[in-house]
Amino acid sequence: METQAFQKIYTKITQVTKATCSLSAPGISYEELAVINGRLAQVVKINKDIVTLQVFSGTEGIPTNAEVIFMGKPPTLKVSDELSGRIFNAYGKPIDGMPDIQGEEREIGSPSVNPVRREQPSELIATGIAGIDLNNTIVTGQKIPFFADPDQPFNQVMAMVALRAQADRIILGGMGMTNDDFLFYKNVFENAGASDRIVSFINTTENPSVERLLVPEMTLAAAEYFAVDKNEKVLVLLTDMTLYADALSIVSNRMDQIPSKDSMPGSLYSDLAKIYEKAVQFPSGGSITIIAVTTLSGGDITHAIPDNTGYITEGQLFLRKDSDIGKVIVDPFRSLSRLKQLVIGKQTREDHPQVMNAAIRLFADATNAKTKLQNGFDLSDYDERTLNFAKDYSNDLLAIDVNIEIDEMLNTGWRLFNKYFSPEEVGIKKEFVDKYWTKEEE
Amino acid sequence: MAKNKLTTGKVQSIISNLLIVEADGPVSQNEICYINLSGVKLMAEVIKINGNNAYVQVFESTRGLKIGNSVEFTGHMLEVTLGPGILSKNFDGLQNDLDKMEGVFLKRGDYTNPLEDDKLWEFKPLAKAGDKVAAGDWIGEVKENWIHHKTMVPFKFTGSFTIKSIVSEGKYTINDTIAVLSNEKNEDIPVAMAQKWPVRIPIRNYKSKPRPFKLMETGVRTMDILNPIVEGGTGFIPGPFGSGKTVLQHALAKQAEADLIVVAACGERANEVVEIFKEYPELDDPRTGRKLMERTTIIANTSNMPVAAREASVYTAMTISEYYRAMGLKVLLLADSTSRWAQALREMSNRMEELPGPDAFPMDLSAIISSFYARAGYVYLNNGKTGSVTFIGTVSPAGGNLKEPVTESTKKAARCFYGLSQQRADSKRYPAIDPIDSYSKYLEYTEFKEYINKNFSSDWIENVLYTKNILLRGKEAYEQINILGDDGVPINYHLNFWKSEVIDFVILQQDAFDEVDASTPIERQKYMLKSIINICKNDYKFDSFEEVNPYFKKIINFYKQMNYSEFQSDKFNGFKKELNATIEERKIA
Repeated sequence: METQAFQKIYTKITQVTKATCSLSAPGISYEELAVINGRLAQVVKINKDIVTLQVFSGTEGIPTNAEVIFMGKPPTLKVSDELSGRIFNAYGKPIDGMPDIQGEEREIGSPSVNPVRREQPSELIATGIAGIDLNNTIVTGQKIPFFADPDQPFNQVMAMVALRAQADRIILGGMGMTNDDFLFYKNVFENAGASDRIVSFINTTENPSVERLLVPEMTLAAAEYFAVDKNEKVLVLLTDMTLYADALSIVSNRMDQIPSKDSMPGSLYSDLAKIYEKAVQFPSGGSITIIAVTTLSGGDITHAIPDNTGYITEGQLFLRKDSDIGKVIVDPFRSLSRLKQLVIGKQTREDHPQVMNAAIRLFADATNAKTKLQNGFDLSDYDERTLNFAKDYSNDLLAIDVNIEIDEMLNTGWRLFNKYFSPEEVGIKKEFVDKYWTKEEE
Repeated sequence: MAKNKLTTGKVQSIISNLLIVEADGPVSQNEICYINLSGVKLMAEVIKINGNNAYVQVFESTRGLKIGNSVEFTGHMLEVTLGPGILSKNFDGLQNDLDKMEGVFLKRGDYTNPLEDDKLWEFKPLAKAGDKVAAGDWIGEVKENWIHHKTMVPFKFTGSFTIKSIVSEGKYTINDTIAVLSNEKNEDIPVAMAQKWPVRIPIRNYKSKPRPFKLMETGVRTMDILNPIVEGGTGFIPGPFGSGKTVLQHALAKQAEADLIVVAACGERANEVVEIFKEYPELDDPRTGRKLMERTTIIANTSNMPVAAREASVYTAMTISEYYRAMGLKVLLLADSTSRWAQALREMSNRMEELPGPDAFPMDLSAIISSFYARAGYVYLNNGKTGSVTFIGTVSPAGGNLKEPVTESTKKAARCFYGLSQQRADSKRYPAIDPIDSYSKYLEYTEFKEYINKNFSSDWIENVLYTKNILLRGKEAYEQINILGDDGVPINYHLNFWKSEVIDFVILQQDAFDEVDASTPIERQKYMLKSIINICKNDYKFDSFEEVNPYFKKIINFYKQMNYSEFQSDKFNGFKKELNATIEERKIA
């Protein structure tokens, strides 16, 4: 792809809609960038010599005689080590008051990795949070979102995970982020002394919403540079993917496309998959792990955005306030890490899978007991014990303020089993019971 | 379809991966063409024709295309190459060999040969000069891994032929002429081991397709016992995300009693395919002792690969399955997930500005799904041998709601329904196949009943229905207990509920990650079912409902330990003894 700018100036726009401009211009290539009176736009449709441009910042005030210059190339990002510690906007331009960076110019939205060249993710990322490490272990090369209501502390948890996880590089893609949240991340990373390993691409609520469509690809182009060229373990944080999808629906609506479920474009699944599937373990040792946030409205996961996301990502994490202990916990029922099977009981202790499942099953029994209680029925002795177990389990393991090693999480599990149940009630393989059932007093 | 001069054209319009091409000659629907983008050729398929304008969907990203780019039409539809060497390969949706591609990233326009042109195969003729043959007849064979790969008269041939000459036993490549046939007009037609076939057209070179009747063992208890699938049968697995669709499909791929497995990873996660690439070459096939990869072929078109090729991938997989069926083999085709395929249809229909059906899916979705499922089946070949393609697809219903168009259309086409329940998944009762809602129509087939009576036992089907009934009664009892309270119902309700729990924990639930429990051979399943039926038919003595729960928990625990132990091992028998002692405690003789 030639990088030489195509300097012919067009001044005759024939059609303007809320998001697009059309004009007659021959020899233009698909997905090429253009500048209209200083605003960035991209070719989204060509019919004979009529080119339709999507204007990222909207078309307000664009006259029919606006100057249009085609740049002869799709959106690009300059990549080099100078990216480290810098903050950019959705176009890859610095917004931290420092000069432009030098580096190799690369097209964003690069092709997919050949599936046979991928390595199987196999390296555990410990976070110290038992709700994640014990029940929903995360692995390098994985993609997993937090499904959270807007009032839940997902930004705090995400920042905590980012700092505790042993990653070489953290790349933050902020879409429709409030300025306050952006400053929160910045402060947390600065206080932890981690700023120099963080690169940020930020579209805040103050910027036009369509601009944020560029953020994930910019973020991932930077991530690929560090993971492929530098063989680094890269952790990508994307927040909030719901706002990204909203921007997609705005564009498709303005392009007169027929909406499918929840007024989302029919291509939502492929659009999201293109982003999330950039998570990969490369054979050379580098990796890209994606942790995203998808905000829900009223906890509804059947909405098209979380629904399609759930089918793409390798699990999801739910946060929930547990009123019994007054803390936020990682919900053990609805959360899931699909890749945990690759490491639990292999890189962690052999009893990990069974302890995890038994504890969740008993926690489920407690939920049933609670329902019984609410319906005014008497509780059996077993019900009472599950309720007490659930309280301890929530507090000692599920709460997000827990920060312990995985072996200790397992030992805590056994301690709680022993405290409240008999081995038959726990139903774990006999070998493990013989080995780990704590022989303390009841 | 043959044309003397190939049509060419110029790009007139570009919207995402839909192009309008002005053609200078005849063009046919579904014809393949190549778009020339400064030396790189991008493959595309004609999906609509209007006058001189051909609407084509490009199987790649269209970034950088310009109006006026030249287009070459090929004169044929999307075809796959069929011949020895398919087995154990990793293809993309267009049958490019992924292992032959260079570099970590996929490159646009990088099309690789699906088979090896220079590899020599040990060919053994099965026919001789003078034999009368027709399309699909076996004329020779080579050893591909461990199977006897038949060389057949190309499926495209119509009419009858006489073998004029055939090579003797020896080493040949897939493109060497191994036989010369002469047709009714006495024209000579050379035949090689490799042949091509358009994927969208079913291979029909068989004598008849009866109703299928042979149980296909999967090792998954809840399927084999409650809702069996048969050789040549069709089934589908709908389930919300996180309900274990993929784990179940992988279990089937590993354990099912088939000669060959074709896995179409259609628009799903790349890491799931990687799991197959990396693990199957290491895993043993419990039945044959060979490596699993030796019987597996993968068509990988993951969610981030081009959408149009995703749609083609299921057809590629089906055609390969049909090819091996024509050799008299039992093929199991697994597609994960057919919803992604339907979505690919939707994206294209949307770009073509067709009037949408429900949820913006194309109106003919139901017909497309039905005719695809109809390609599966058990067949009698012309030489009297049998072969089968069993097809199991997963469906990813939007929002987990089974009343959406893809699930509903599939329900009309597939004979087995394995509904995964969110509730079961939430309480980690895996596999989460709902025992009440799921069904297998084959249980009603008289052909199937006859087969079972002969090969299993005459009371098998009766026992299966009895088990289903206990589960239903257990569910009803559970609802009553929830409404009226533990002490508001007779003890019998608790008993009914706990009997169904025994079935649930011992038969239905299965640990896919445990070495022993992952797969249960049919003999062991027979044993377990019999044992459980006895438990359910017994009467027990309880003084209060509070005694029921701990008693049956104990029984379940013994059974689970048995499930985790080698069948009939000392450990297994030890638990069995304890179990029997426990049963005797309360059993009323």
